[in-house]
Amino acid sequence: MTGMLDHLIIMPILLPLVSGAVMLLLDERRRTLKAGIGIVTTVTLLIVSIILLRQADMPLAGTGGSAVKVYQLGNWPAPFGIVLVLDRLSALMLVLTSVLGIASLLYALARWHRAGPRFHTIFQLQLMGLNGAFLTGDLFNLFVFFEVLLAASYGLVLHGGGVMRVRAGLTYIAINLTGSFLFLIGASLAYGATGTLNMADLARRVPTLASSDATMFAASAAVLGTAFLLKAGAWPLNFWLPTTYAAASAPSAAMFAIMSKLGVYVILRLWTLIFGTEASSLAGFGGEWLLFGGMLTIVFGTAGILASQSLTRLAGCSVLVSSGTLIAAIGTGSGAVIGSALFYLVSSTLGISALFLLVELVERLRDPGADVLAVTMEAYGEGDEDYPEDEVGVAIPATVALLGGSFIACTLLLAGLPPLAGFIGKFGMMAAMLKMDGPAVQPSTWILIGLLTASGLATVIAMTRTGISSFWARMDDSVPRVRVIEMAPVLCLLLLCLGLTVAGGPAMRYMEATTQALQTPQDYVTGVLSAPRAGSREGGSGP
Amino acid sequence: MELIFALAVGILTTSGVWLLLRPRTFQVIIGLSLLSYAVNLFIFGMGRLRVGAPPVLETTEAIDPALFTDPLPQALVLTAIVISFAMTALFLVVLLASRGLTGTDHVDGREDVR
Repeated sequence: MTGMLDHLIIMPILLPLVSGAVMLLLDERRRTLKAGIGIVTTVTLLIVSIILLRQADMPLAGTGGSAVKVYQLGNWPAPFGIVLVLDRLSALMLVLTSVLGIASLLYALARWHRAGPRFHTIFQLQLMGLNGAFLTGDLFNLFVFFEVLLAASYGLVLHGGGVMRVRAGLTYIAINLTGSFLFLIGASLAYGATGTLNMADLARRVPTLASSDATMFAASAAVLGTAFLLKAGAWPLNFWLPTTYAAASAPSAAMFAIMSKLGVYVILRLWTLIFGTEASSLAGFGGEWLLFGGMLTIVFGTAGILASQSLTRLAGCSVLVSSGTLIAAIGTGSGAVIGSALFYLVSSTLGISALFLLVELVERLRDPGADVLAVTMEAYGEGDEDYPEDEVGVAIPATVALLGGSFIACTLLLAGLPPLAGFIGKFGMMAAMLKMDGPAVQPSTWILIGLLTASGLATVIAMTRTGISSFWARMDDSVPRVRVIEMAPVLCLLLLCLGLTVAGGPAMRYMEATTQALQTPQDYVTGVLSAPRAGSREGGSGP
Repeated sequence: MELIFALAVGILTTSGVWLLLRPRTFQVIIGLSLLSYAVNLFIFGMGRLRVGAPPVLETTEAIDPALFTDPLPQALVLTAIVISFAMTALFLVVLLASRGLTGTDHVDGREDVR
């Protein structure tokens, strides 16, 4: 296969970069044009990611292994050149990113994109950073893309202004800068120990390291792990997360739902790649830390959910529960558990995103002086009388019923109750956990299963409590104005989750194929390192 | 030279961490800057310290890699410097915004009540 399709891998990075740069040149008042460019870019991104997903899912001819598509930037072969690598896991994350991108952007078009300058540019750069981090095949470019998406996320946290956002943003930036330093220390230690930064090359070299170098690499893995766990929001590195996510505007927070999953993604990718092979003396390094760290995160998140007064904080704490569940599932090291965990990752990310968007609409049902609304109004610097939503008043019918129905759907998704997709993921994880230790189930596995159940129960309790006070115990009967463009993204995300339930079979097959590929890192390694250079057939000898 | 290098990284990191944990935003930003210097030096050190060896390979003659110093960490340091510089500048803006909005330079946005 040659031609344009080969270059498709780089599109998820180039597209948002170019459109973000173009929008930087446009005057701030041309909002309609910018919104149009933004929508076109994100929709194209979605189409590209789906094509890439289909490419990644094509089984390799003959061997039955998984195809790893490699794109050599600058046409230097790995490990000397920089490569982008597309496999099932990264393709899945790309699709998830672009889906969230479309939902958040549509929602923002209702009014949030007017709340501050350069929203569209920052948003596109955020997408670029995320896509790049999912695609990159070496450690240092992962750092660069992390920084791109973090820089954009600083802008998105602060978008709309106000004391609360600046205060949360200050902590957020300081924490993440420190995390970046840890990342750099870990990456350079890995380079010092192995002499390479390419992930595939790392996986090849680590099992053959001398014992002194292996110790150094273990130190590097621990430092890197700390940096990624900080991004993923593992306890005790997560006190910043609920505050920041609660302070951010609704579309930004919905986009951030995938940022904590990025930390999980990197841990999953590197851990299975480098420490997954049995041959290495470091096999399974840090697995217990992931397992118990994840369990503590679930405990912390569950307590946070029960203690939350406001809905935004509750949503922030469910991010923690979701991260904790995923980290603990990776820590079990069992392929079947990780497969279901990936399913859970998709459904919980969509659910949390929908909840963040929904929260702002639900808050409008409450007293206008309610906490989050107050911040919103402060951001506009204006009072009740000329509230921006009034200017285009296409209110949708049956608002309260729609909001309530979506709220119930979010609850079911996050708590993992049937019939929505959250149940399949959680049930699959539990079923796999019961089988993974053989006939006698380990005590730690029982605790993890108990925690998963308890976190679901706590979510139901907390959401029911908030739901009753928001929908049933309202003081006045005024119906809030909710515009179609605000409600549509929420409904789309929830419908996607419903689709995941209906198409549970194919989705689960994809996740299992993904896990299988993760468990055979040799395919990835040989795929990346032996990829031919483009155009090598006519040139022959390189420079 | 290794000793001086290690001491420099150690002292910079110590001061950076201490300042990072201080309550004033300005101390935090200076702490972050010191930490970034320490990290940059550390990356540089990970390419092994060499004195008097050029970093770039010549393509004219047959190459003995032992004569050259590792150029990759230097490229990494360059990237890291640029990024940390930009982030510090951005943090400075947020710091000023926080000072303006809250009226205090405490990291929590309010003074400790004793």
